[in-house]
Amino acid sequence: MNIGVPKEVSAGEKRVAVSPGVAAQLIKLGFTVAVESGAGDAADFSDEAYREVGAEIVADARSLWGLADIVLKVRAPQPHPRLGVDETELMREGACLISFLWPAQNPELLRRLAAKQVTVLAMDSVPRISRAQKFDALSSMANIAGYRAVIEAAHHFGRFFTGQITAAGKVPPAKVFVIGAGVAGLAAIGTAAGLGAVVRANDSRPEVGEQIRSLGAEFLEVNYQEEGTGAGGYAKVMSQGYQNAQWELFAHQAMEVDIIVTTALIPGKPAPRLITAGMVETMKRGSVIVDLAAEQGGNCELTVPGEVVVRHGVTIIGYTDLPSRLARQSSTMYATNLLHLLEALCPARDGAIVVDMADEVIRGTTVVRDGVITWPPPPVKITAAQEPRLATAAPPHAAATGPAAVKTGGSPLLRLVLTLGCAGLALLGLGLVAPPAFLAHFTVFVLACAVGYMVIWNVTPALHTPLMSVTNAISGIIVIGAVLQVTSPRGVIVLLAGIAVLIATINIAGGFFVTRRMLAMFRKERAR
Amino acid sequence: MNAAMAPGVLSVAYIAAAVLFILSLGGLSNPETSRRGNSYGMAGMTIAVGATILGLLFTTLLAHGNVVASFGVLAGTLLVGSVVGALLAARVKMTQMPELVAILHSFVGLAAVLVGFANYLDPGVHLVGTERTIHLVETYLGILIGAVTFSGSVVAFGKLSGRIGGKPLLLPARHWLNLAGLIGAVVLGWRFVGAENLEAGLAALGAMTVIAAAFGLHMVFAIGGADMPVVVSMLNSYSGWAAAATGFMLSNDLLIVTGALVGSSGAILSSIMCRAMNRHFLSVIAGGFGAAGGTVVAPLTPAGEVRPITARETAELLREARRVVVVPGYGMAVAQAQHVVNEITRQLRGKGVDVRFAIHPVAGRMPGHMNVLLAEAKVPYDIVFEMEEINAEFPATDVAMVIGANDIVNPSAQEDPGSPIAGMPVLEVWKAQTSIVMKRTMATGYAGVDNPLFYKENNRMLFGDAKQMLDEVLAALKGA
Repeated sequence: MNIGVPKEVSAGEKRVAVSPGVAAQLIKLGFTVAVESGAGDAADFSDEAYREVGAEIVADARSLWGLADIVLKVRAPQPHPRLGVDETELMREGACLISFLWPAQNPELLRRLAAKQVTVLAMDSVPRISRAQKFDALSSMANIAGYRAVIEAAHHFGRFFTGQITAAGKVPPAKVFVIGAGVAGLAAIGTAAGLGAVVRANDSRPEVGEQIRSLGAEFLEVNYQEEGTGAGGYAKVMSQGYQNAQWELFAHQAMEVDIIVTTALIPGKPAPRLITAGMVETMKRGSVIVDLAAEQGGNCELTVPGEVVVRHGVTIIGYTDLPSRLARQSSTMYATNLLHLLEALCPARDGAIVVDMADEVIRGTTVVRDGVITWPPPPVKITAAQEPRLATAAPPHAAATGPAAVKTGGSPLLRLVLTLGCAGLALLGLGLVAPPAFLAHFTVFVLACAVGYMVIWNVTPALHTPLMSVTNAISGIIVIGAVLQVTSPRGVIVLLAGIAVLIATINIAGGFFVTRRMLAMFRKERAR
Repeated sequence: MNAAMAPGVLSVAYIAAAVLFILSLGGLSNPETSRRGNSYGMAGMTIAVGATILGLLFTTLLAHGNVVASFGVLAGTLLVGSVVGALLAARVKMTQMPELVAILHSFVGLAAVLVGFANYLDPGVHLVGTERTIHLVETYLGILIGAVTFSGSVVAFGKLSGRIGGKPLLLPARHWLNLAGLIGAVVLGWRFVGAENLEAGLAALGAMTVIAAAFGLHMVFAIGGADMPVVVSMLNSYSGWAAAATGFMLSNDLLIVTGALVGSSGAILSSIMCRAMNRHFLSVIAGGFGAAGGTVVAPLTPAGEVRPITARETAELLREARRVVVVPGYGMAVAQAQHVVNEITRQLRGKGVDVRFAIHPVAGRMPGHMNVLLAEAKVPYDIVFEMEEINAEFPATDVAMVIGANDIVNPSAQEDPGSPIAGMPVLEVWKAQTSIVMKRTMATGYAGVDNPLFYKENNRMLFGDAKQMLDEVLAALKGA
């Protein structure tokens, strides 16, 4: 099947759905790939790079759409500025479209696509279950947005992030407060902490506290008892009492911190208003707010979506295209998500896709199937308890305690007493009947065991193999017994003893020499 | 020097040898001192054997005057044995160490049996009463332990060298068979001590030897591959006890001391290995691990899929990491991949990547197996760490690379109380940013337990022969 990758037409969109690397992988899966000329320019992928991996470059958008069995896009179809028709109209009947779509917000678009008798998979509708994480483009984009949010904030903030004591004076570290610890929030925390800022974060879901701390930030909990985890691991709307307590926390933080990054979103609802105009007023001059929820109305009352504004001396960043501002990175990650999805759709690796509606993930992602609207999907009942994986942030130095070895039952003291008691009785019995000569040997034996016990525990585990081979060689001392018997007048004894001497000697020589060979290999690194 | 002085000189020589042996084992506490330790051991052995032969020469010269035949035998066997042993030691590959150690154990066992029989046949020993009983019991025990050591080690050798399949062989009612063997040995021992003449005694002794040998065979046959480290160290211990029992029989303190040293060394190693697997010593000996001895465990099939990775991508991950921990397992030994591993390590360290090794106590087929292989490949030992030292560092690790290991990195040991390996200490590679597991197939490890690590979100699978895959990784590292 032929995959078509058109140039994005949305104003300011710099991403492209397929990177040259992924194009090569798609060709390996058996597809042919056609890319519109200049599609990758804004993400720094040249036409030449696509050509090199075997993709075809098509100059004309109309013929690219017309030839494609599968269209891979970033943004949902919209009117084409140059051709003057909607991109939907360019699609071939029976073709397949994979892109972001937002079916809840675009019912009209969904109907038009259905009318074209096509199949549509919406990358924003991938179910939030662990198995589907590799398709989850929302997470990969959120990750980039969180990173970029901090970079934008650093750009507009007048100081270092990290505290420094220099000849030119002391610089305090920047204080960053992150609201909402989803994928974007965690990426922001990791990035800010990486730049050296003091980071605090809040989330209504108590279970993310551990993740926040693991990235080196302080988890500020709202002092109010309510569980905030909704279906699918997203946050839910909280009660009034909780909101009051939360407001108090934010108001207090606003006075203290230099940078606020807000990422609070509730699916299908406008973004909650968390930072009021009054809070902005109490912030220090030169502070920065980055509102990642700008597109959904903003977490901050004063946010202007898509713009940077200064209010009360505070810079409020309301960009809605943060992933696109890191176009090469976001294109690469989005393309990889698409590749994983196509791999799942093409299990035979024969260049043909099968939309298997029995598969929960495919079912959830598919919003139109051969002209029939299949959105919304039946609810998925598995909550994604797995933590989102972060690509940007290095994990912290959390000291993990090793597993305590499980010992088998019984009171240790009782067992010790019993063991000692038995040993004592046995020794007493032995002392009563055994002749003195035997007891002398027995003394030597017990003492030697004790010495062996002490010495062996000191052996480093790295040398356990040499320990075995050297003890093996030493146990060849049995040769002495055989040597003493060799002089016997009886032939049988000489024969037996001779064989014993032979094999014991093999043992001694073999053991010692192989130990020496091994030990010679253990070397410390020479100082460079 | 006269005849009366000889025993005193011999005793002093034996004391010197015993001290040297202890120093030899003590030297192994540190790789720095270990080479000197081995030399102490050699010196001790030379002194002991030399003194014995000289003493013998002295006494025989005084007694008989004709010693040519005996000493011819002695010189011949000593010479041939030394040459054969040295050749073995020089030829053996480091990956074959477990086999060599096992076969050498069998030699000690066999020697103990032979010396025991020879001693019983020796008409020069005349004892009465309790002393005679004790002497006979010592002889009997020495031969018993020797025979078990011998046959067990031969089977262990066969299993380790692949001549015998690694799967545990489980006879029906095997515990009863063992019990019957034990009772038979005790009864025969009774008859042996009470035997009227040499022939009756020999018959009992011979029957017991057969039973003991069968017991040794059966015991090691029933033990699975993953328990091999325990078995090898246990046989090591037995070979020591066999020497000690022979020492009692011959009233030779040096043999007793040495046997006790070796015996306790092997016993401690076994106990360390058992602890590393969270298993009871007796349950290992009873055998049948991996076939779920007793309790039937419903294997958890973790839902999910694995994420394969190519050698080239692996190289990229490694190159971009700051901290890498390599976890080698038996698979590395089988593929003989230790040299490539070292080459990759050198490349990465040259690029400023912090590479370290994490060794699980039971990785491989004998205690310390991995350390020896890495040492052979010239990996500096100060970047090789034990489990306890490095386990806490995985969360700060970017890439954990698992080479041919399975059970020792299985998270279900911690997460699933119903797992057959629950509670076994494991290397927590899944706490690293990314883990890469190199494996030939998705087959389970020796424990026969599925490994949820493979399905973890941050795990990648690099399928293929470890050596071949690592060669490709190295090529990709060098190419870039």
